[in-house]
Amino acid sequence: MKNLIISPAPHAHNNDTVQKTMLNVLIALVPAYLVSLYFFGLGALIVSLTAVISCVLFEYLIQRFLLKGKNSIVDLSSVVTGLLLAFNLPSNLPLWMIIIGALVAIGIGKMSFGGLGNNPFNPALVGRVFLLISFPVEMTAWPRPMNNWNIFSSYIDAETAATPLAMLKGHFGELPNTMDLLLGNMGGSLGEVSAIALIIGGLYLIIRKVISWHIPVSILGTVAIFTAILHAANPELYASADIHLLTGGLMLGAIFMATDYATSPMNGKAQLFYGIGIGFITVIIRTFGAYPEGVSFAILIMNGVTPLLNHYIKPKRFGEKVKAQKVTK
Amino acid sequence: MNLIVISLITLGVIGCISAVVLYLAAQKFKVEEDPRIDEVEAVLPGANCGGCGKPGCRNFAEACVKADSLDNLLCPVGGSPTMAKVGEILGLAAVESEPMIAVVRCNGTCEHRPKTSHYDGARSCQIMHNLYAGETGCMYGCLGCGDCVAVCKFDAIHMNPETGLPEVDEDKCTACGACVKACPKNIIELRKKGPKGRRIFVSCVNKDKGGVARKACAVACIGCSKCEKECAFDAITITNNLAYIDYDKCRLCRKCVVVCPTNAIHEINFPARKPLTESQTAEVKPTETLNA
Amino acid sequence: MKTFRIGGIHPTDHKLSANIPIETVALPKQAIVPLSQHIGAPAQPIVEKGDHVKVGQVIAAANGFVSVNVHAPISGVVTKIDTALDAWGLPMPSIFIDAEEDGDEWLETIDRTPDLNRIYKLTGKEIIKKIQDAGIVGLGGACFPTHVKLSPPPGSKVEVLIINAVECEPYLTCDHQLMLERGEEIFIGISLLMRALEIEHAIVGIENNKKDAIELFQKIANRHFGIEICPLKLRYPQGGEKQLIDATIGRQVPSGALPIAVGAVVQNVATVYAVYEAVQKNKPLIDRVMTVTGESVTRRGNYLVRFGTPLADVIAQAGGIPENTGKIIAGGPMMGRAMSNVNMPAHKRTSGILIMTEAESVRREPVNCMRCGKCVEACPMGLEPFLLVRQAEMRLWDDMEQNAIMDCIECGCCLYSCPSNRPLLDYVRMGKATVGGIIRTRATQK
Repeated sequence: MKNLIISPAPHAHNNDTVQKTMLNVLIALVPAYLVSLYFFGLGALIVSLTAVISCVLFEYLIQRFLLKGKNSIVDLSSVVTGLLLAFNLPSNLPLWMIIIGALVAIGIGKMSFGGLGNNPFNPALVGRVFLLISFPVEMTAWPRPMNNWNIFSSYIDAETAATPLAMLKGHFGELPNTMDLLLGNMGGSLGEVSAIALIIGGLYLIIRKVISWHIPVSILGTVAIFTAILHAANPELYASADIHLLTGGLMLGAIFMATDYATSPMNGKAQLFYGIGIGFITVIIRTFGAYPEGVSFAILIMNGVTPLLNHYIKPKRFGEKVKAQKVTK
Repeated sequence: MNLIVISLITLGVIGCISAVVLYLAAQKFKVEEDPRIDEVEAVLPGANCGGCGKPGCRNFAEACVKADSLDNLLCPVGGSPTMAKVGEILGLAAVESEPMIAVVRCNGTCEHRPKTSHYDGARSCQIMHNLYAGETGCMYGCLGCGDCVAVCKFDAIHMNPETGLPEVDEDKCTACGACVKACPKNIIELRKKGPKGRRIFVSCVNKDKGGVARKACAVACIGCSKCEKECAFDAITITNNLAYIDYDKCRLCRKCVVVCPTNAIHEINFPARKPLTESQTAEVKPTETLNA
Repeated sequence: MKTFRIGGIHPTDHKLSANIPIETVALPKQAIVPLSQHIGAPAQPIVEKGDHVKVGQVIAAANGFVSVNVHAPISGVVTKIDTALDAWGLPMPSIFIDAEEDGDEWLETIDRTPDLNRIYKLTGKEIIKKIQDAGIVGLGGACFPTHVKLSPPPGSKVEVLIINAVECEPYLTCDHQLMLERGEEIFIGISLLMRALEIEHAIVGIENNKKDAIELFQKIANRHFGIEICPLKLRYPQGGEKQLIDATIGRQVPSGALPIAVGAVVQNVATVYAVYEAVQKNKPLIDRVMTVTGESVTRRGNYLVRFGTPLADVIAQAGGIPENTGKIIAGGPMMGRAMSNVNMPAHKRTSGILIMTEAESVRREPVNCMRCGKCVEACPMGLEPFLLVRQAEMRLWDDMEQNAIMDCIECGCCLYSCPSNRPLLDYVRMGKATVGGIIRTRATQK
């Protein structure tokens, strides 16, 4: 008989892996991706492919030649980062800018801290915010969604349109109706436009237990309540809650960006505080700040608070302050 | 123009006020400290290894300054020269101590000590030790996960991938004792470095009876007491089927090395032997200086 | 359906050996009986080399209150009292008995008939005394002497007896089968324990993957006063003492306290059967039902094994060790210990043997922690395994103590659910052992 294998208990595992988790996230992103392909055509394809390929390539190169560690691209996390980065970009951004964004996202946002799990800030958002600050004009020229299909012209000379949030900020233009907002028929970044597609993806993630409900619900809830109060106080000045919920990167941020494992708190209670913080900061930036959109900044700020939340808000321990029940006979 | 002047004045005033506040605060909250603490700290190695039993060099310096005599205080890293300097600063007599070195007392390489099971848990000796006796038949020997390597702050101990045993780098080892504490099997011992680094020790900690020990490992000490009889200086004692050489009594005559039937006694840094008599040749194998 | 409130996982239950009738394993030629088969001081041998012993005779006496007697499992002659190596290569002092003739000559006082004995007139104190003499310990795995649990410290009041018939470990089916075959006896055992504790209310917690047992017990419970059957939702680690109390009566035992703090006493169902045998049949604890199972085992099933029988013999009766075996585990896959050899004798602690194939037994390579928080979600005690592991690696024992490392029940939910395959529990367990040692030295210094 061969030597027996000894290891401490438990001897069973649920066979979950990082790769499977990331694959689930990618599956959840599919509906939103299909919508973006429909609305932005070839542009969406080019931007997303460039972002994904360059993210994977940069991770491979950095891991191979700088960190000299084990090849980590098989865990698919760089694919997720690349796709999320693409989802945050306008569909007509020049290729070289996307590549710079990917380099910042992977190089500075992720690998400089030691790779997956060690990064304090969401890598895709680091890349996106870097681009937003460096190239504000290109990053805010949103192509108009195509109502009549013409894939070939869509990348090179797309017509640009303002986002509903920019319209709100500048008090111009006519807002799209709620149906268009839900489906995504408006100006905006590649993946953020269709609320319905994103919600489908989010439900998939919650059902597969990849993420818990705490973060999305607390973000969306806070934004809804806060903007509803503002709207009630002065409907002339502040948009209603449904417009805030359905426009900009809120859905994408709440469901896919804020729930990033490494940068969000580890337990449900802390996650609620984190979500409330993001919702609150988002509305503050949107209504009182200089930028029309604030989800990215809000998430990055709360990413910075995450270690504190982890330290001070502990999960409920067994046997702690539980209401004693009578023995039922 | 006006703007610049106002800014200059405002900033200047703020700066001055802050300076005054900081100065007052520094005076008010100044901690009186014995200046000798700094002096003592300066002569210490500054590695904060904890070998002296204090958390760091600063704490050791404080302890030295507070103490009435240096009898129980020793920086194992700096050894006698450092303690002499400390004594000079404080006007106290430092205790002479001989330089020490960490010695790994297990020679159960993969060929000497066949594996009987395969460990698949976290790579930590402590975890493996808590779980069971080890991958081989010897429950005393090295587990080979390298807890000693992980705790060494001087990069002085490394696993040899061929033997699966840790090896001490003589030049780097400071005898801080971190590896001694980390080893769950108590295999590593601090021993006198010896003149010219020459030392003799029993490279085994197996307390089993001879037959059991031999079955588990070809180079185990079987407690046969041949070495004890051979030793002219009473340096070797056998307890629980295990020989131990007292380094204070050992005169490095190397007689015990020759008589050991399992080559469990190791000699280090000695020159090559003179040609041996015939009866000895059969027993001496070239593995003796393996750990050198 | 009821269950506990914090954490937990849903492992596939793999009850391969369910509903296979209990089979008796042949008596060994030589029985090796360890002196320490329980938590507490090892028993003192009271026989000497050359003594002839009968089945059920006391061969080692309890050494103090938290200790129990050890009885001869076979009849024969004591050949030596020496250390034997257990399955982990560690020495255990044992009594070696060589069988004489068939080795099955029993003490006359033991009632070996299969008849049900319903009549009991003993007082609570007498019952506890009999349990203590019979060497009964918790057969759920902890092996804590049962009489100690039945003697609550002064000032505490027992309100309810909870019977642990959960068997939440995957693969194991011995308790389930025992319930099906010895239902009536178990109920008499529960009544005895209720009298010993001077209470009139008992709850039997059964997970609902054992529907036949629930049905049978509900039928029998109608004829017994004060015994209630509580079906529980399938969830691991429901069989943990604290989790079971939370699940059945909704009270959480505070950190560091015993179940008695919330008025509960928990006993395993196999222990209850042993109590019946000891009190009504005079039979001490010398055998137990254990499961031998695994995907590759040919004759998997539930076996009644006399203590002292080498596990190799038990496995041989179950079809031998298959070619592609990677791990042999004493106990279930979640909390059982992998063995390095099978020469160890069966004793009170061995609730099952699980044989895993090579493919099943190798752990996947660990990768970076991605801080997903699955371990926090899964922990039934509300701890943060990822944090404890980091602190254990950095040897920050004080911080670990503050983060309630001593609450850990070592159920394995964290490691089970880690997508990065990190050896979480390995480090947590090591930290718990170290911190426990520090706390004990601190207590003795005071």
